[in-house]
Amino acid sequence: MNCQLAPDNILYGNGLYRLLYDAAGTLLPCWLAYLAAGLVIIFILVNGVLLGAAVITWTERRLLGRFQNRVGPNRWGPFGLLQPIADLFKLLTKEDLTPAGADRIVFALVPIAMVAPLILMTAVIPFAQNTALASLNVGVLYLLAISSVTTIAIFMAGWSSNNRYAMFGAARAVAVLISYEVPVVLSLLGVVMVAGSMSLGQVVEAQALPFLLVQPLAFFVFLAGMSAELNRTPFDVAEAESEIIAGYHTEYSGIKFALIQAAEFGGVVVVSAIVATLFLGGWSGPLSEYLGWLWFLLKTGVVVFLFIWIRATYPRLRIDQIMAFSWKFLLPLSLINLLAVSLEVFFLRGETGQLTATDLGIMTGINLVLAVAAIAFFGNLIRRRVKFETRRPAQNVVPGVSTIEVS
Amino acid sequence: MYGLAMVKGLLVTLKNLTRKPFTIQYPEERAEQHPRFRGEEFVWYEERCTGCASCAKYCPLGIIKIVTSPSETALPQGDKYRLEVFDIELQRCMFCGLCVEACPYDALFMGSGFEQGQYSRQDMVITIDQLRQAEKHPSTWFRPQLEGYAGEPGESRRQPAATEGESRLTYNPRGGPPLGWREVGRESWRWHRREKAGMRLETGPTAPQQTPATGAGGETAGEVPGKDDTIDDMTAGKP
Ligand code: SF4
Ligand code: SF4
Repeated sequence: MNCQLAPDNILYGNGLYRLLYDAAGTLLPCWLAYLAAGLVIIFILVNGVLLGAAVITWTERRLLGRFQNRVGPNRWGPFGLLQPIADLFKLLTKEDLTPAGADRIVFALVPIAMVAPLILMTAVIPFAQNTALASLNVGVLYLLAISSVTTIAIFMAGWSSNNRYAMFGAARAVAVLISYEVPVVLSLLGVVMVAGSMSLGQVVEAQALPFLLVQPLAFFVFLAGMSAELNRTPFDVAEAESEIIAGYHTEYSGIKFALIQAAEFGGVVVVSAIVATLFLGGWSGPLSEYLGWLWFLLKTGVVVFLFIWIRATYPRLRIDQIMAFSWKFLLPLSLINLLAVSLEVFFLRGETGQLTATDLGIMTGINLVLAVAAIAFFGNLIRRRVKFETRRPAQNVVPGVSTIEVS
Repeated sequence: MYGLAMVKGLLVTLKNLTRKPFTIQYPEERAEQHPRFRGEEFVWYEERCTGCASCAKYCPLGIIKIVTSPSETALPQGDKYRLEVFDIELQRCMFCGLCVEACPYDALFMGSGFEQGQYSRQDMVITIDQLRQAEKHPSTWFRPQLEGYAGEPGESRRQPAATEGESRLTYNPRGGPPLGWREVGRESWRWHRREKAGMRLETGPTAPQQTPATGAGGETAGEVPGKDDTIDDMTAGKP
């Protein structure tokens, strides 16, 4: 059989897909080959995300242990590497409870609604050259849209559990997620502007200098915003164990809890991959062009380490502090970044509308200084000033008897 | 500058990442145990016990149960009661150590273990057979004569250690071989038996004494009058 994939097909950009399609096309009818190749790729992606989540659970627990001078899980397998599997089997054997009065259908849908967006997000990430499943020309927009779906899943969980703590957690999560969506979108606008495209593949190709250097403010805002969207410390009010049990997944147990947990840790993998793609240059790196996946994995690992490091360091913020951080700090920063980048792009771009590496270098210089100044300025604005007052009464409370201060 | 403190915080955790974790991985490694640790599984020396039941009386919870019967040989001859039951209900014990303080003959010691977990409360009761057969690793709780003892059984425990603090810590209950009844007492066995034989009524240690032909602990005669109060004497009677 001689099947041809049309070059305008969105799957055309994926080299692996074309390879599979051609191989399957020699045996099967075209439509079946189209389906089979797609299923193989989906299988790889789904298992990649779940395996990534398993690896992240282990890494996170080990690293957190070391950050806190502990050892971390080390009992099962070499270095405790089989710990995620042990956890999985433990959760599988637990009873799968549904609370009385819960909305059963919505309750059961939540784990699916949490994992699905993650796997959808992997579709547009270029793991190496020509490896994105679908090289969408609106990739960045697609990512932002899909990542917001998690909000609905979290609210479904809180609402259907018939548990006030779950409801609290869900309400907090929604408040946080909606607030952080704004600065995140604005920070990505700068990236899109410099790259001149919304396709993730072209964003990577545009990074002659990594955008981490070109737009440090955008990187900072995006990282903070994504920390909040993943419900990680210091923004983990949605599942604050010390306040509201486990937040929105209080009532989940067994395999449903395992899926929610997998979604949470899988989220770290996917978000780290997105950060690596948008700000660290994705698969581009020295040496052979076939080593793109290695650079991509390394950069993702660095971002994952950054997330764990932040989690190990900062205590949880109060909900009003989180809101203030978003609206009074991140939003102005992202607006400044947007303004600066748009002006720079306007003045620096050449006849073709493209930016050269020298242009990017100039932008790096300006933006680094701007980032430090802006962070210092707005940090001082939102800083809480404590007034010290003397507590001692001006005159003696009892006439003739001097007041003794007991502190 | 604002934000600098956050970077400093990150550096603090990064510094901790490079440190060696101070976890003691319990089943493989053990923490250093203080010699005066009041642990489980009381150490009881039947040879020293007279069956006086002071320990049972002093226990605030009344969890020691002692049943004795007169021994076959005559009591005035220094033979003790025969102990039939010596149960300690460990599940209710609060490890206050009062029973050990109450024992006048250094027969009861606090143990040094902490791994006596059982699946039922009945199994927590330590019977006389268990007490007899248990490996004897006594704690130095209320038994200062054990302090500073680091070596083989039979070695003098009054060996002065270099410093005061060290003398307590050189003794490791779990370190050496189990201790026999001759090694652990404050007084020599002969003094002990002489007192039981009614020698308290005698005027002094130099007074002539009548030793029973067969001791309860299987010790043979052969004391040197006047020398029996010393510590060195303790090892002289070893079989
Ligand atoms: S340690 Fe205290 S509670 Fe336990 S048996 Fe002795 S006297 Fe009773
Ligand atoms: S107080 Fe000492 S000698 Fe008396 S019965 Fe108890 S263990 Fe035996």
